[in-house]
Amino acid sequence: MSTPICIQKAPENPVESFLRTDRMPHIWCPGCGIGTTVNCFTRALIDSKTDLNKLSIVSGIGCTGRVAGYVNLDSFHTTHGRAIPFATGLKLASPEMTVVVYSGDGDLFAIGGNHLIHAARRNVDLKVICVNNLTYAMTGGQTGPATPLDVITATAPYGTYDPAFNLPYLVEAAGAVYVARWTTFHVKQLAKSMQEMFKKKGFCFIEVVSPCPTLYQRRNKMGDALDTMKFYKEVSKVKHGAPTNEVGLSKSGEIIVGKFVDRERPDFETMMKAHLEASLGEKYIPAEAPTCS
Amino acid sequence: MTHADPVGVLTGAHFLDGDHAACEGAICAGARFSAGYPITPSTEVVERFSHRAPKIGATFIQMEDELAASIAILGAVWGGVKAFTVTSGPGFSLMMEHIGYAVMTETPCVFIDVQRGGPSTGLPTLPAQADMMQVKWGSHGDYEIIALCPNSPQECFDLTIKAFNLSEKYRVPVFVMMDEVVGHMTEKVVIPRAEEIEIEPRHFTTQDKSSFQLYAPVGEEQTPEMAKAGDGYKVHVTGLTHDERGYPNMTPAVQERMVKRLVTKIRDNAEKICITEQNEVEGADVVVVSYGITSRVAQRAVEMARAKGLKVGTVRLITAWPFPDHVIRAIAPKVKGFVVAELNLGQMVREVERSVAGKCRVAHVGHAGGTVHKPEEILKAIEEVAR
Ligand SMILES: Cc1ncc(C[n+]2csc(CCOP(=O)(O)OP(=O)(O)O)c2C)c(N)n1
Ligand code: SF4
Ligand SMILES: [Mg+2]
Repeated sequence: MSTPICIQKAPENPVESFLRTDRMPHIWCPGCGIGTTVNCFTRALIDSKTDLNKLSIVSGIGCTGRVAGYVNLDSFHTTHGRAIPFATGLKLASPEMTVVVYSGDGDLFAIGGNHLIHAARRNVDLKVICVNNLTYAMTGGQTGPATPLDVITATAPYGTYDPAFNLPYLVEAAGAVYVARWTTFHVKQLAKSMQEMFKKKGFCFIEVVSPCPTLYQRRNKMGDALDTMKFYKEVSKVKHGAPTNEVGLSKSGEIIVGKFVDRERPDFETMMKAHLEASLGEKYIPAEAPTCS
Repeated sequence: MTHADPVGVLTGAHFLDGDHAACEGAICAGARFSAGYPITPSTEVVERFSHRAPKIGATFIQMEDELAASIAILGAVWGGVKAFTVTSGPGFSLMMEHIGYAVMTETPCVFIDVQRGGPSTGLPTLPAQADMMQVKWGSHGDYEIIALCPNSPQECFDLTIKAFNLSEKYRVPVFVMMDEVVGHMTEKVVIPRAEEIEIEPRHFTTQDKSSFQLYAPVGEEQTPEMAKAGDGYKVHVTGLTHDERGYPNMTPAVQERMVKRLVTKIRDNAEKICITEQNEVEGADVVVVSYGITSRVAQRAVEMARAKGLKVGTVRLITAWPFPDHVIRAIAPKVKGFVVAELNLGQMVREVERSVAGKCRVAHVGHAGGTVHKPEEILKAIEEVAR
């Protein structure tokens, strides 16, 4: 006869209710930074008491693009590079929604680069989270628009020689009202920035420097996930308000983190409504909550 | 079916070109969002919409390119509105990506393509009907869409409404395949009263939030119900192969089940979807098949042939896709042959040949575009086939 064993139910992780647990396990590699950012994201949702029925998440394609598939929200996994224009349509059609764009450096800055700068220019009210693992991870670690000089990638076996974008600098220049950068080492600060961003109206951008131990770190002999955390800790310097032209990344140089930009500028919808109201007066019928007869 | 929202319905007789008429059709159909990128000869559609939108509670946004325009409308649809975009050849090429995405995610939407001469930049201001295969095959993978071909400004209006209705019924992108001549010709367009305009509403689900499946087919349309962002259904929409819940599932079994349904929901309902206009087909020796502006030139040729005593019928393809196989198949054994006239060097004629399956002759009167056919060219083919 066996002795009855009393199994205590593990206390539920508060983050779990934000995830599509029926889709677990996820596809991400052990030590990948993307999961860490999702954890921060769910913490930020909890702490900001966001109405989850009124928040949508839109991703492009890539390892980061898979985030949309794991969060228990209205979630859209779009085409490569097009998360931002999809999100623009979604936001304009349902202005009451908070629309978060969650995607990778390649998706947002290479194939989707044009969309990104135009959405920033228009100041569409989108909250963009960019997981910057410095490579096209999903396809095997090729050179991307954020890959620093002198690193080995699947398509730069002798090292990269084309300069990378400095993401915060580019996004600020294009017109974003909120720009911050953290690494996956800075979980508290990242979650706090996300909360700040949820409250801010206009085009907001957070870059999260994140490890891809499987491809980027391994190929460049930068150790495993733990080594990368140590590296981030060592080389990161918090400099709120740092001029973004001075925050470009290199292979092993310092990583300036912090909130770089937090400014006011009327967003697209506000500009549109004010302008049409002024020009059309009583004839103006603003697009309200969607009707779809 | 419901009726059009009177806001925006300009009831009455108008003198409009096809581009403007299509815009009015979209508004009557309930479109309250459009994203566009200018390109001749289609720009007038969105120009008019940008003018009308703020007065009818609609939104227009000019995007940075057609890639953006064609997915911004899909985002808007999931936000709960009816939406469309408009373009011509070079822009249509850029939109192929999102034809596939709209098919895969079963996002109801309308694309208007005012065809001009190609390939590439081609003839920006001159007509062609050379995107007819591109619309069906231009995006990768297996898919079915619906494409309609108006031959007058009135039909640009009527068929744009029809396009929206079909897109909602089957959760599929529907294409209004205009051409430069139809887009720019001005004729009388009658806009009925709102209550006379039949509208297919979006079929938003009322099912339980915990058990609703965004991709579980319903009814003989094999088409799932819709939900929109913000309603609490927590939808997941992906271009990856997915199961009934919308969750990625990249197995051959799910691929087979899902892609097959995307295709059969249109193929199995093709006879219901297809509209053709047939004239004097009974007893004809030769039947002329045409669509869009070419049908009007062909009509002249048919009249000339009849004046010479030839027995000629016509089939006008109002629906080009799904192709009305059944119509052609039924006629083929009873005639000497078909004459297919179109402003391209051989596109829809392939479908006619396929449907005829050797049962009669098929003659093609092609044209590289830039202008319409001369009726005599079509007449010559009719005479040859009648011989
Ligand atoms: C149009 C198109 N081109 C190429 C690809 C292949 N592809 C998939 S993901 C990806 C790169 C993604 O890189 P990034 O956005 O940095 O995401 P990560 O995987 O690094 O998180 C590419 C090129 C694609 N899916 N679609
Ligand atoms: S390949 Fe890199 S980015 Fe993708 S899941 Fe693995 S570690 Fe993460
Ligand atoms: Mg990347």
